[in-house]
Amino acid sequence: MSVGNLSANYQEAIAMIMFAIGFSNLLLQKNLIKKIIGFNIMDSSVYLFLALKGYIAGHHAAIVTDGVQSVDAYINPIPSGLVLTGIVVSVSVTALMLSLTIRLYSRYHTLDLDRITTEVKKGGF
Amino acid sequence: MTHDFVQNFPLFCIILTLFSGPCCMILRGRWARYVNLGVISAVGVMSLFVLLDVCARGGSYVYMMGHFPAPWGNEIRVGPLEAFMALFFCIIMLLSMIGGAPQRLRKIEASKENLYYVMVNLLLSSLLALIYTNDLFTAYVFVEINTISACGMIMICQNGHTLEAATRYMIMSLLGSGLLLLGICFLYGLTGHLLMSNIKEAVAQLVAAGTYHAPLMVAVGLMCVGLAIKSALFPFHSWLPDAYGYSTVSSAAILSSLVSKGYIFLLIKIFYRVIGFDIICNSKIINIFFVFGIAGMMFGSISAARETNIRRMIAFSSVAQIGYIYMGFGLGTGMGVLASIYHILSHAATKSLLFVSAAGLSESSADSRELADLTGAGYRNASAGMAFTVGALSMVGFPLFSGFISKILFAQAAVNQSGKMLPTLIALALSTILNVIYFMRAVIVIYTPLRSIPAERREGYRRIRMSTYPQITVVFGCFVLLNLVLGLMSQPIVELCARGLGMFG
Amino acid sequence: MSRKVSEKEYEKTLTFRLRQWLSGAKDPFLDTVEMKPQQQIRESEEVIREHELQHQRIVEHSYDVEHNAQVRLFRKFYKLFSVIFCLCLVFILLVGVSSLPQYGHEENPVNNEVSARYIERGLQETGAINIVTGMILDYRAFDTLGESHVLFLATCTVLILMRRDKKKYQETAEHNDRIYEPKNDVILQTTARVLVPFIELFGIYVILGGHLGPGGGFSGGAICGAGLILYLNAFGFAKTERFFTGKTYKCMCFGALACYSLAKTYSFYTGANHIESVIPLGTPGAILSSGLILILDICVGLVVSGTMYTFYVMFRKGGY
Repeated sequence: MSVGNLSANYQEAIAMIMFAIGFSNLLLQKNLIKKIIGFNIMDSSVYLFLALKGYIAGHHAAIVTDGVQSVDAYINPIPSGLVLTGIVVSVSVTALMLSLTIRLYSRYHTLDLDRITTEVKKGGF
Repeated sequence: MTHDFVQNFPLFCIILTLFSGPCCMILRGRWARYVNLGVISAVGVMSLFVLLDVCARGGSYVYMMGHFPAPWGNEIRVGPLEAFMALFFCIIMLLSMIGGAPQRLRKIEASKENLYYVMVNLLLSSLLALIYTNDLFTAYVFVEINTISACGMIMICQNGHTLEAATRYMIMSLLGSGLLLLGICFLYGLTGHLLMSNIKEAVAQLVAAGTYHAPLMVAVGLMCVGLAIKSALFPFHSWLPDAYGYSTVSSAAILSSLVSKGYIFLLIKIFYRVIGFDIICNSKIINIFFVFGIAGMMFGSISAARETNIRRMIAFSSVAQIGYIYMGFGLGTGMGVLASIYHILSHAATKSLLFVSAAGLSESSADSRELADLTGAGYRNASAGMAFTVGALSMVGFPLFSGFISKILFAQAAVNQSGKMLPTLIALALSTILNVIYFMRAVIVIYTPLRSIPAERREGYRRIRMSTYPQITVVFGCFVLLNLVLGLMSQPIVELCARGLGMFG
Repeated sequence: MSRKVSEKEYEKTLTFRLRQWLSGAKDPFLDTVEMKPQQQIRESEEVIREHELQHQRIVEHSYDVEHNAQVRLFRKFYKLFSVIFCLCLVFILLVGVSSLPQYGHEENPVNNEVSARYIERGLQETGAINIVTGMILDYRAFDTLGESHVLFLATCTVLILMRRDKKKYQETAEHNDRIYEPKNDVILQTTARVLVPFIELFGIYVILGGHLGPGGGFSGGAICGAGLILYLNAFGFAKTERFFTGKTYKCMCFGALACYSLAKTYSFYTGANHIESVIPLGTPGAILSSGLILILDICVGLVVSGTMYTFYVMFRKGGY
């Protein structure tokens, strides 16, 4: 197993480490708000990874300036569009999760998901 | 090349369902219900025409979404398998919505009823888009619509159980979505394409040249694990019993039959159209599916046998059935995938029948869901009892019904596999025995005469005749008919699926 | 009962006794087996109270998760397994990244004919100077259609969870809301009076200029929504209710999404059937150019700004 392009792709490696941090937060934290923060870190790292895919060294942003339309002048526009879509999805899901958290808190007065599960099993509806 | 008018129908179906979402939001509850039923019926009829047209044409066609051909624009691809799945999902959704209507009207607040129909419409649109799409990123966006609308359907009646189940469901689903998106990004980085057919050519070139082997395997693994998490494969199923057990009847029926199946269909597309089935079989991912599928079958059935709440028992049975489907993938042959597809159809037809009939049995027993309280419910609500019996027999694998055919297909697919034949057959036999234990126990309990229960516990028990809810009786009849058709006339359906699968790649 | 035999004689026959036994009408052991006379059980008050106390203790003990040894073992195992899983995930991802094509390189597989056509012919085919806007609203418009519906769907779920019925909760909600907030704060209101028009104007500029420069419906809509939230914070619900009610949001959302769906149906239908679209592309650089992109930007902007404002209002008060 060689190190290969790890030093050249160091930004993508950092995105992967952020992904793992977010993933483990989402999985291991007991507090619901911290889980949501973990999910946001995870999604942001995926968008960072995707945006890095589009970059070409020395080229400019994909807006036609001075009528120049050659491939050598601009970065790849596709990942930018995909990231736009992804950010909207991330915002929507965060709003949904936060409103679920508010509802659960107003019912059970705790943010700990394990305690909420126990209360649900004990108390029923 | 201009299309016939019929060939535009898939586009009209998707746009109609997307448009009916905002429509239902501004209408009031009753009108939203009519719009919802009308949209599902219209989409079903259009899918029938598309299916007839595609079968007559004898091949699949590609439909350009916009003025630019793929890979620069979006496109959808319509073949016999896709059209048949769309028609089948519409039938199941229509029957589930009609069957769950009385309970829905009682349980959901009147001011929020129209929002429920928004969720159902957008769920249908995401299923149609996942069936027809030929582009990976479109599939991701509609997977997210699927997730959010399924969450909305779980938590529409807000009690503690459903809120907690919805939270667990969202957490698991987000893990899966994150992994899926990361896998798509990796694959895009290696091939530069988002269109499924183009990715397949690029992947074939990469595999032939032997370059980028590790990232390709990582990408495939991430996508497969992400979709497996989302469709509640064995260790990731903890949200399923509560979500199906405590939501409204139509939600439970639609969730169990359709939501996970959309992700599984996308997984089949990734196997055939994105990566290529041979490459998948050479990698080790299908062995992982095989092991977890069998573990899911065993664990689901054992947990169901320990349950006393009838809805949770049926939900655990769903865990087992999804294990069957992944075991079929794990066999690694075309026959295995065909058996899994047939099991998708059979499970959808049977599980929604079980949920709707269990609701009918509960209603005649003072709305209790405990098995002990359901004693004799088969006599109080004759149609629900008969429907439940048919569903239970089909799940067990009784000849005449659809479950039997899918079990035969699994066994046939496993026969020539060197290492996997024995575990598959043993697992099929053991899980059939376990299924018999809990399903037949339920059937016996509902047909036990009531005299063994003391009179004070019988408060609130009432007789429900077939004329009380005529539409539900009709729904039961349609479900039983569907089961019989899938069980007795399975040959043409299996041939259609096999032909569609052959054109799938 | 038999018609040929009288009732008394029928009661002596075997068939009658069999049927009685089957239906359980007569206890077969009564009068035949020696048994103690049955007495009704009476429990004293203390015994009943003791039983209830025991039941309570059993319930508390079984749901006592903190001291349950099995649950603690499971939790330790779950944590260990999850940590191992995450470490394996990091390792696998880093191995994958290290073999990816080099970052920023021109010859990467991503820079192929797909992006080449967007850059070289994007301006002529879509009329948009901003290539990314042209891509998401013209080439790959189906994805953006799905994405706007994701936003709409999230708003619907937040409405399901957070919206409170006007009749029941209005007064208490208003009272709770205003406790922590400075009423009619001078600094906030003066600043808002100056800034909000500029913010809204800037947001509209970003929306309308989406195809001419950086911007577009999503970013412009977020700016407009932020302006509305600032106005609400400074002046309170009474003033915003004059122009933004629940009905406003419904009409805005429905109108924008309906317009988007219709426009895209026309575009997809004409595209797939190779019919020429009647919508002119205009001259690049003018504001009324690039076909449907301007209209779609406005629709998306309306949806996004309404959504941002609705999220804020729902989280704060549960009603408009």
